[in-house]
Amino acid sequence: MHIDKGKCVGCANCVPVCPMGAIHVGADGRATVVVDECVECFTCYRGLSTEHLPGSLIRVLRRLLKLARLRFEPDPDVCPTAAITPDELRWPRTLRREFSDPLERHSSTGMGGRGTAEVKTNELTNRVGEGLAGFVVEFGRPGVGVRLHDVAVATKELARAGVTFETENPVTYLMSDVSAGQLRPEILNEKIMSCIVEFRVELERVPDVLRVVEDVSCRVDTTVAVGVSARCDAHGEDPLKDVLAGQGYKFHRGKVNLGLGRRSNPAAEPTATSRTGGHP
Amino acid sequence: MTNTLHRYGSPESAADDYIVFVMATKGVNDEGSEAKAREFLKVALEYRPVNLGGGSQGGLYRPTSRLNPFIAYFTSRRHAISPRVLMQEIEAPGHAAAVFDNREAFEEFVAAVKKMDLGLSVNASALVEDTRCACRKAGFQPHSVEYSLGFRGRTDRLPDGRVLELTTMCGHGMVSASYAQKMILMVKEGRVTPERASQYMAKFCSCGVFNPSRATRVLKEAQQGVPAPLGV
Repeated sequence: MHIDKGKCVGCANCVPVCPMGAIHVGADGRATVVVDECVECFTCYRGLSTEHLPGSLIRVLRRLLKLARLRFEPDPDVCPTAAITPDELRWPRTLRREFSDPLERHSSTGMGGRGTAEVKTNELTNRVGEGLAGFVVEFGRPGVGVRLHDVAVATKELARAGVTFETENPVTYLMSDVSAGQLRPEILNEKIMSCIVEFRVELERVPDVLRVVEDVSCRVDTTVAVGVSARCDAHGEDPLKDVLAGQGYKFHRGKVNLGLGRRSNPAAEPTATSRTGGHP
Repeated sequence: MTNTLHRYGSPESAADDYIVFVMATKGVNDEGSEAKAREFLKVALEYRPVNLGGGSQGGLYRPTSRLNPFIAYFTSRRHAISPRVLMQEIEAPGHAAAVFDNREAFEEFVAAVKKMDLGLSVNASALVEDTRCACRKAGFQPHSVEYSLGFRGRTDRLPDGRVLELTTMCGHGMVSASYAQKMILMVKEGRVTPERASQYMAKFCSCGVFNPSRATRVLKEAQQGVPAPLGV
């Protein structure tokens, strides 16, 4: 992303909008994007309304208003001159947008977002089966951002702990050696908004794996958001709750799959993964 | 697309924040899923949602790409599109989200979705016990649960709790901490109403899961001088 200096009038509305703090108004009175800090999330480009006013007109208007001790101040959600301009991205910078702009699809998985459908479609995919726990460990969230070399520190440590990485996850696709959690070397300095490392372990291993997650969280230069999932029993309860509480975790919020999905495409196989008993 | 797991706040502050969303799975139940997602939103409207998502171009609140000075300064700007337009934008594989600001509407909608029998995967993002309770009242049990364990690592890089309550309502991080701080400041100075500031922030969330009603409440607390919740 860059700011068209010919159009920019330095109103600074784009400055606070940038989640990475990568935009500032320089000595020339025009906004500038710090390219290495920009994660190509398109928040500034897509989130601000645009007026397409000529920059020269605004500059004259501003001088006149200043004479009357008034200030030119557009609404805080407007770029008055539509000065924000996307760049054509090349590999590996394309990764920045894929992991940062939720409307962009990953070239690896064809999906948008930061990870997979997790347990959101579990009644159909059986991604997290009975006796298993699914982990979604998101690096860079909320709004801090992360370099992929920090993610690599974590994936290597998790691989050492023997977790099974989710194969359809875009981070797994970036691994040159999945068994070692090794990310491709040419991407390690890329900065992204966040990415989700997904893996499964047996329920009884949850306390050990949580310790590894806590440990790697202390070693990376970013924030880490942790989520853990499991299947419910016929009474709607899950075995994970007690495991987490036993480890001293406090939790109240979560995503619950109501289990209402079913195979409906004519060519789709009959549901082979539906839980036995109690579930509609 | 819907990234709603780690919304920051105490259990009390989640009492006006309930999200229900549907997803199709490619090759499994995606055929005709656009129409089902539209039907989901159509029924959701009966329960007065505070935001909707699912359009390929963004949620209900969105920016205008062709403003002109007349619209911007001399007429009342539109900050949201019509739900009908959003429904038309839904593409395959269909997905849609509805955000509610009260438990009653949430529970009634969960029961309605069960009755609709769309065949798409339906998820609720809220206090887990509230969702379990809603399922029980509707006569069924949930399939899977994913708990948020919160934030770890360099939490010293995070803003205060009030800003986090606002920014984490867009899980993809499109509402920046600086912008939320600016909105809090503008509301405190009386330069913008809490309702309008909430709409400004909601426009950045392209999934339509930002809860402007909760944001308005948070901004009003800031305006009234209620101390900000503790950060992480």
